[in-house]
Amino acid sequence: MKAKHQRLTLALLAVVAIAGASGLALSALKDQAAFFYAPSDVAKAGPPLGHAVRLGGMVEKGSIRRKPDGVSIDFVVTDGAARVPVSFSGITPDLFKEASGVVAEGNFNADGSFTASNLLAKHDERYMPPQVSGNMHETKTLEQ
Amino acid sequence: MIAEGGLAALWLAAALAALQLILAAVGIAKARDDIMAAVRPVAIVQGLLTTLAMGLLITVFVRSDMSVLLVAENSHSAKPLLYKFAGAWGNHEGSMLLWVTILGLAGGAIAIFEDRLQKPTLIATLGAQAAIALGFYAFLLFSSNPFARLTPAAPDGAGLNPLLQDPGLAFHPPTLYIGYVGISVAFSFAVGALVTRDVGPAFARAMRPWVLAAWIFLTLGITAGSYWAYYELGWGGWWFWDPVENASLMPWLAATALLHSVSVLATRDGLRAWTIMLAVVAFSMSMVGTFLVRSGILTSVHAFAVDPERGSFILALLAIYIGGALALFGARVGTVRQGNAFELVSREGALVLNNLLLSVILGIVLIGTLYPIVAAAMGTQLSVGPPFFDKTAGPVALVLVAFMGAGPLLRWRRDEGSLLISRMTAPIAAACFAWAALFITTGGIAILPMLGIGLAAGLAVASVAPLWKRNLRRTPLFTWGMVIAHLGIAVSLAGMASDSAFTKETLVAARVGEPHKVGPYTVVLDGISPVIGSNWSALQAQLTVRRGEGAAFKLHPQSRFFSSPPTVTSESAIATRLDGQLYTVLGAPDGAGRWQLRLWWKPFVTLIWLGGALIALGGALSLFGRVRRERKTVLREAYA
Repeated sequence: MKAKHQRLTLALLAVVAIAGASGLALSALKDQAAFFYAPSDVAKAGPPLGHAVRLGGMVEKGSIRRKPDGVSIDFVVTDGAARVPVSFSGITPDLFKEASGVVAEGNFNADGSFTASNLLAKHDERYMPPQVSGNMHETKTLEQ
Repeated sequence: MIAEGGLAALWLAAALAALQLILAAVGIAKARDDIMAAVRPVAIVQGLLTTLAMGLLITVFVRSDMSVLLVAENSHSAKPLLYKFAGAWGNHEGSMLLWVTILGLAGGAIAIFEDRLQKPTLIATLGAQAAIALGFYAFLLFSSNPFARLTPAAPDGAGLNPLLQDPGLAFHPPTLYIGYVGISVAFSFAVGALVTRDVGPAFARAMRPWVLAAWIFLTLGITAGSYWAYYELGWGGWWFWDPVENASLMPWLAATALLHSVSVLATRDGLRAWTIMLAVVAFSMSMVGTFLVRSGILTSVHAFAVDPERGSFILALLAIYIGGALALFGARVGTVRQGNAFELVSREGALVLNNLLLSVILGIVLIGTLYPIVAAAMGTQLSVGPPFFDKTAGPVALVLVAFMGAGPLLRWRRDEGSLLISRMTAPIAAACFAWAALFITTGGIAILPMLGIGLAAGLAVASVAPLWKRNLRRTPLFTWGMVIAHLGIAVSLAGMASDSAFTKETLVAARVGEPHKVGPYTVVLDGISPVIGSNWSALQAQLTVRRGEGAAFKLHPQSRFFSSPPTVTSESAIATRLDGQLYTVLGAPDGAGRWQLRLWWKPFVTLIWLGGALIALGGALSLFGRVRRERKTVLREAYA
């Protein structure tokens, strides 16, 4: 094979590989990206059903309830404007507590409640999810 | 006075970096040997001054000098000495100072030891290094001064985040930073070679040890970080596709590609422009990584406090460096001569394929990591999680593994496809055997772990195949390195697949004395008792564990309370056996005499990190073998 042909083949291969990767990435982004919701988004547009999403906000003060099985809890995630009841089975992360930020991964139920399969809190105690602080900010401005 | 001394050392080092850049530029432009000769000593002194600054920062941390703002915010006098020491880099400012210290030391090392490059290329390389360092000095001095004073001094510090108080994490950042900085050195070499139009095998041989060293440290850093997250966070997982994890994975992928292409350039004088391009890309990835971690722009479980000003500073540095390097590349790539040609079916061809697939994975991870930022700019809140990466990067990585078995079995320049197929018989047979065995013993598992285990078996056989019928004592060390590193990939892959296919998990509210089963184990909670540590107190569970009819042993997972800052962490207790790990976590009490316990049985999960260690060991053997051979060649030439 001549050098020119070889370079052409390699370039073609590279183009195919990159096109394939972008195609794969974009199609996966379409149905796999866990969308991030704040409670007020859900109040406005209704709960997104049928795929895994992330719900972010603050754990409402006094809302954590333990269930009789000893491993499940219910609590409420709020962003100041709206509230979503969440249920979760498992050991809560170390920094999970009332009146602090949380991101719950899981699914919405038809009645607007949320079943979490995973809770995320932060390594850093100064942490607040950027999305949550953004939403709080927006809500405050709307109220004023 | 110590803090002021540190600040002064930092300013002097910054001034020397500026001098280093100017001397290098003028010396090369005017072809003046005397000016160029001044660059080396300046680089060495600059390295010493940054080391002095870092040493002084560690001193104020160890002495718990609470009149230094950084110490007051991130340390506490009651902390164990190790964490006072490591606390110096367990925060934003200190870790950036560590970054420039390693960069300065690397510059000094190049100035002292590098004797294979043409002199102007070496000087240009040191100039490029000074340019990189200058940006980071500016960052430190104008926006993140680690030596800032606090008046009046705090009575005591706020304390280091308890999750960071772990020996593994104390040494994790320096390891990763050596990796990042090693890549920036490779980048400086590439810039130097572009400036003096000196891209060739000699340049590649000089750059290769740096790429290898950076890659070894990145591998170690990622492996250690993964194991730390696994045992310290108590979530039983080893990879989360967190943006901060991706921030170290992306440079690793680029460095892996670079490592393989620089070998083609050094051995066969091919892939010249591509290698330079990869060096630029790899450095860009380590800068992107720094940007992601430091700017707090992404929701991550790791990121430091959000600070938009610092984010935009690093973004500006990123734009200048990457933009500048790409501009230089664009202007000079036309003058890089065509290297040697090769057939598609050849070692070079396989390495090109390896580079393509690694680049594809890198692209996917980059898209997934940056997409949320772009979406946020367009008004959509969105986060890309593990499902995306598993679905996209996973399959491509498996294709890469399938092909990487074949690469080392091919000859340089040209080979016969039919010969390759006969050489691949044993690996393919091993993979088929593994699939059949899995299918018979388990009755079928999910498709990705199934593929993973079979491919791991095939790759393991293919990896050691280059040693077949060779005199093992005369086999060069770098061949051993390649074999062991590839074997490490197979071992890691087997661990990952086994963990995702066979893990057993139970979550229970346990009463004292009640038995609970997980995998082959029976776990009984004997009681809970308080324990006092150096700067924490804990509730500790006594678990009696028995495997079948075997002897019982104890495990002690804890729930720890730190008072400064007030935090609770869970310390998992892990029993490591030859065939896997039993992982236990203590949760909260339910108020009615029961305690939450989370139990995992993870067959062969340790292979993941054993594989990582093997990969790094392979890299180290390779590095050692190369350096030794080069020394011999240099000596032989000296006596000839």
